Amino acid sequence: MSLDPQRWKPGPLLPAADARDGALVFVVAVLCFLSVLAAIGALAAGRAAEGWSQALSGTATVLVRPRGDQTSDAAAAAAAEALAGVRGVTLARALAGAEATALLEPWLGKDALPPDLPVPRLVAVDLDRARPATADAMTQALRQAQVDASVDDHSLWLEDVQRAAGLARWAAVGVAALVALAAAAVTVLATRAALAARREVLEVLHLSGARPGMIAGLFERRFALMGAAAGLFGGGAAAMIALSARLAGGSGGISPVTPVAWADALAAVPAPLAAGLVAALAARLAALNLLRSMSGA
Amino acid sequence: MRPEALLLEAGAEPVVRFDGVAMRYGRAPETLSDIAFSLAPGSFHFITGPSGAGKSSLLKLIYLAHRPSRGSVELFGRDVSVVAERDMPMLRRRIGVIFQDVRLLEHLSVFDNAALPLRIANRKPAAYRGDVAELLAWVGLGERMHALPATLSGGEKQRLAIARAVVGRPDILLADEPTGNVDHPMALRILRLFVELNRLGTTVLIATHDEELMAHARRPVLRLEGGRLTEGGS
Ligand SMILES: Nc1ncnc2c1ncn2[C@@H]1O[C@H](COP(=O)(O)OP(=O)(O)OP(=O)(O)O)[C@@H](O)[C@H]1O
Ligand SMILES: [Mg+2]
Repeated sequence: MSLDPQRWKPGPLLPAADARDGALVFVVAVLCFLSVLAAIGALAAGRAAEGWSQALSGTATVLVRPRGDQTSDAAAAAAAEALAGVRGVTLARALAGAEATALLEPWLGKDALPPDLPVPRLVAVDLDRARPATADAMTQALRQAQVDASVDDHSLWLEDVQRAAGLARWAAVGVAALVALAAAAVTVLATRAALAARREVLEVLHLSGARPGMIAGLFERRFALMGAAAGLFGGGAAAMIALSARLAGGSGGISPVTPVAWADALAAVPAPLAAGLVAALAARLAALNLLRSMSGA
Repeated sequence: MRPEALLLEAGAEPVVRFDGVAMRYGRAPETLSDIAFSLAPGSFHFITGPSGAGKSSLLKLIYLAHRPSRGSVELFGRDVSVVAERDMPMLRRRIGVIFQDVRLLEHLSVFDNAALPLRIANRKPAAYRGDVAELLAWVGLGERMHALPATLSGGEKQRLAIARAVVGRPDILLADEPTGNVDHPMALRILRLFVELNRLGTTVLIATHDEELMAHARRPVLRLEGGRLTEGGS
């Protein structure tokens, strides 16, 4: 059949995507998926670590020992009153005798305690999270009120927990960074392989006098789109998982250990951009490299 | 008019000049040695010699796909070893090549393949559509303009490769076994196309084993044997 030259429109200089490109998109999508999941994991780990130390740093416990002339209840009440006046304390609440005994039960058993045993009383203190009262300030206030008591602001624990939390956070960030690096490396390799398969096209364009920048641009655009699509699929799938975890797990996320937030799904946003950029850059460099080798050494 | 064209008219500079040229692939021994010849503007030469003598390799040096390992290659009076990388594409656009292995773009139609050099030179489709169609009709592909190369016969592919090489009216036409897959009448037809182009000013160099073609054309012959010029050198 003959063609009407007046209606002819130039065809695309690059062949349409084929099975090899499908494989490239699939591999990059899977790696983007893993990267985004790892990033969401890191965010959740960070939030969990934050939660542990906040839960500890927001409270203190005061142990009150009644003096000879005092009932336990009176001593606890005096302590609570003294503590309530300290700057940085939002709430000081004397635990009732029954509550104190209840705390001892797991260790001593239900009926092991004689009713007249002078059980030390506890005062639970909630601290202002922004500017918590120091243990020293509380101790001083108690002494002024002539209450014999010791303050535990959990600082001993807090340090350990914070260290553990920091470790968990960095481990999660490290894993996410490694997966992202692997994703970038595989994207580069897959892009190079896909490009090498188009060598003949590249060579004909080159020898026909096409500028290297123009040829590289063709491949760059093609692979940028493929990378972005892969990032969209992979990142999108990971975001869906994060969202459904948040949905299924309620406000705690999957569990208190990995509290996923709605906003964590945003970790997928950079995936199409990053994958597109890495693929575009890899395609550009690989194309320019191939072209250099074609000019003869 | 380009300055080169002025020189060309003055006949001052050869279009191609080789001086003491050698070339090798990687670390292999030299494929070509001590090659010296020149092609005057508007000349028409054949290059022949046994298989493996280095004809295609010599053409590669001219169409800038390979660099000499020794000696100097000059195109249009310029030593290619000192041509800036960014000027190479413009130089390549002045050279039409018919590759021995044809090298068509399999995903493009016959028409698109033939129009490729014009497109790369950023010409407007409206300005060349008619010429491309005419040229394709001339090489006998007027009815196959929509077809993909994979559906063409060997001879048809070769004729398409010829159309692509000449469509941009190159200053030099390099043809590597352009009649290897066509019958004698078609070979003579193709030869006439080359002669016609040559008359319009294109310098022509044809690598071939086709004695009949060379006898018919009666043009000067360069003979390569074992990587050395045994006839036609300077
Ligand atoms: N890309 C390459 N890499 C390494 N060696 C090569 C390459 N191309 C050609 N050769 C070698 O260079 C020599 C000359 O090859 P060339 O293709 O130039 O010969 P030719 O004269 O064109 O032969 P023919 O008539 O068969 O086309 C041969 O020995 C060949 O094996
Ligand atoms: Mg050859």
